[in-house]
Amino acid sequence: MRDLRALVRLLRDPAAAPKVRDWTSLLSAARAESLAGSLAFRLKGLDLPEGVAERLEDARRSAEQGRREALWEAEMARRALAPLGVPIVLLKGTAYAAAGLSAAVGRSIGDLDILVPRDALPRVEQALLAAGWEWVKEDAYDDLYYRRWMHELPPLIHRERDRMIDVHHTILPLTARPTPDAEALVSASVPLENGLRILHPADMIVHCAAHLFADGDLAGGLRNLWDMDRLLSDFSVGGYEFTVELRERSWEHDLIPAVARALRLARALFGTEVDTVLAGRPRLSDRLFIRRLLARDGWGRERRPALRLAFYVRSHWLRMPPAMLARHLWTKARR
Amino acid sequence: MAGPLYAADPPGSVASADLEGLTALFHARSGTTHILAPPAPQILRALAAGPADAGEIAARLADAFDLAGEEDAEAAISARLAELEAAGLVWRQSRSGSGQPPG
Amino acid sequence: MNHRFELRVGPVAFRIGSAWRGPVEALRRLYAGYPEPKGICDFTVRLEPERPWRRALRPSIAIRGDFMLPGAAPLSLAHGLLAAEMGMNLQMALGQRRFLLLHAAAVERDGKAVLLTGHSGAGKSTLSALLGERGWRFLGDEFALLDPESGLLHPFPRAVSLKNESLAVFGEVDGARLGPVMAGTPKGTIRHLRPSPDAIARMDVPARPALILFPRFGRDLAPDSRPVGAAEVFVRLTQASTNYVALGRRGFDALSRLVSSVPARALDYSASEEGVRLVEDHRSK
Repeated sequence: MRDLRALVRLLRDPAAAPKVRDWTSLLSAARAESLAGSLAFRLKGLDLPEGVAERLEDARRSAEQGRREALWEAEMARRALAPLGVPIVLLKGTAYAAAGLSAAVGRSIGDLDILVPRDALPRVEQALLAAGWEWVKEDAYDDLYYRRWMHELPPLIHRERDRMIDVHHTILPLTARPTPDAEALVSASVPLENGLRILHPADMIVHCAAHLFADGDLAGGLRNLWDMDRLLSDFSVGGYEFTVELRERSWEHDLIPAVARALRLARALFGTEVDTVLAGRPRLSDRLFIRRLLARDGWGRERRPALRLAFYVRSHWLRMPPAMLARHLWTKARR
Repeated sequence: MAGPLYAADPPGSVASADLEGLTALFHARSGTTHILAPPAPQILRALAAGPADAGEIAARLADAFDLAGEEDAEAAISARLAELEAAGLVWRQSRSGSGQPPG
Repeated sequence: MNHRFELRVGPVAFRIGSAWRGPVEALRRLYAGYPEPKGICDFTVRLEPERPWRRALRPSIAIRGDFMLPGAAPLSLAHGLLAAEMGMNLQMALGQRRFLLLHAAAVERDGKAVLLTGHSGAGKSTLSALLGERGWRFLGDEFALLDPESGLLHPFPRAVSLKNESLAVFGEVDGARLGPVMAGTPKGTIRHLRPSPDAIARMDVPARPALILFPRFGRDLAPDSRPVGAAEVFVRLTQASTNYVALGRRGFDALSRLVSSVPARALDYSASEEGVRLVEDHRSK
């Protein structure tokens, strides 16, 4: 198995399961892309070869356990921060799970990410430290980097539960070029039953797209793109109203190129129904992105090192102005 | 002066096993397993009837158990409640109406 | 992955890929007689060069696979077999979700299984392997697989990693069952021992746990056996399990059922034969 095409095909069309020849490779590839759980739920109930159903059941169990842990972590953060009366907006996987979105089904969830108003940061920091969280990094340079340039507090980890929390005050670094409007994100956020909040659906799509491209070298990109497909599928019930909102928000946050590309890639790989106006015309570079997203073999190894390096450099270039990037890479290399 | 009100998850959301006097408790919501000594498991069970403060819990337990002296019991229960709160098994609740703290 | 090997041990099937021939050849010899997986493999292990140029130049094996530990130190090519074993352990420790994994050895006799659990160096491997040569069925020395639904232990008879000095205890063991001598490993000089033909032949036959033992080895210890309280057993077994938390409710039910239905004892012993005798003594009880 040379790349992830078979995995993508199966996620897109579970009925293609009987055509799969090498389940071992498919499973290794899915695990490497953090898509084993999602795949397992897509294939649930289908007639599968002996042993395959059992392994997929394992993946479903893992995902369920992960979901439980993520929601509990959110609850503990809620208990620690509720007295502050500050809006707490859940992001990414935890948000999808808390809102019962289909993007959460089978998803592996990592750290807890929350968005808070910038002026609330000191109080949030204090409350978390008082409730048993502590700093992860001790390095002064990284600390400075985080506080001045990144869009979050330096990472915190809970002393007893050993889980990390990332507290953001905007969803892209201040030094990167696209700058989504943090205040608008918070004021448009939607409350959940327990008082925690999630982004407005259109903002969720915009954040997903931003995260997909600007935040990282596309490692794990396929999983993020699958999130995009699932989110769009859920939000399509909003009909034309949602379409308009997404166009408006993408424009307001100055992230039309990212959203457009995400839509085109989702359509190309997963057959997602997208707003063709917002998606725009396909670019030649879309093919490079697709190749990068599919670059993993049946042993779970990343392929195409030159392409990966190109994307890695590009992602840092997006985050920091070139002079800063050079200095940052130099300091990192000297360690 | 009444102490803070505490609440716990409903009994169906925990599984317990007796280990020769101690109780192994699986808290489904957090996925954490705790080993509890009396009166902690009994306090949790007492909260099944609804949120209560230390004094009310003492009263609920007095119906089932023989407690030394009322004041001792309340102090001991307050201490256990603080431990249970740190463990995530109970949480404080405002007395004004709804169960959800302001968000 | 230029070289590959597929292996089934009890209910778990591994696919092992290697950039070098040596580790795969060593695996094939050590696991002669083991069944080949039918259908899907549960886990994949990859033995790869840390950097592409480290395949030929000062070869260094990075242990990778479906489940990985970041920052794991690479091994030299001479320890390739050990790397493969560690790789399989890692997949189990991080990825096993069907069975509750206990870091324990297990042996079976007359339909009853005995679990030997405790810290590394407590001699579980030597003791269980020795019992396996003395009429007991060897079920495994690294992981005990407890089925939450049935409460039964499923055999996982991988090759036993033994300190070279311990081998003297085994007397006349067929040389074909021994792996290469590996010096300079973190555990000193070790050799692997393939379980007996009977253990391999009956790897698919589960057993009902009947006794939990906490063996403690020390040259100055007087032989002793004493009961262990249920709460202590429960806590020690959760500490000995890599996937207890991951299994959630199923793990809790499996463990509490085991602890409440099976007695537990702590054993002190100062020599292998003494240890064997202590275990044998409990068989009749």
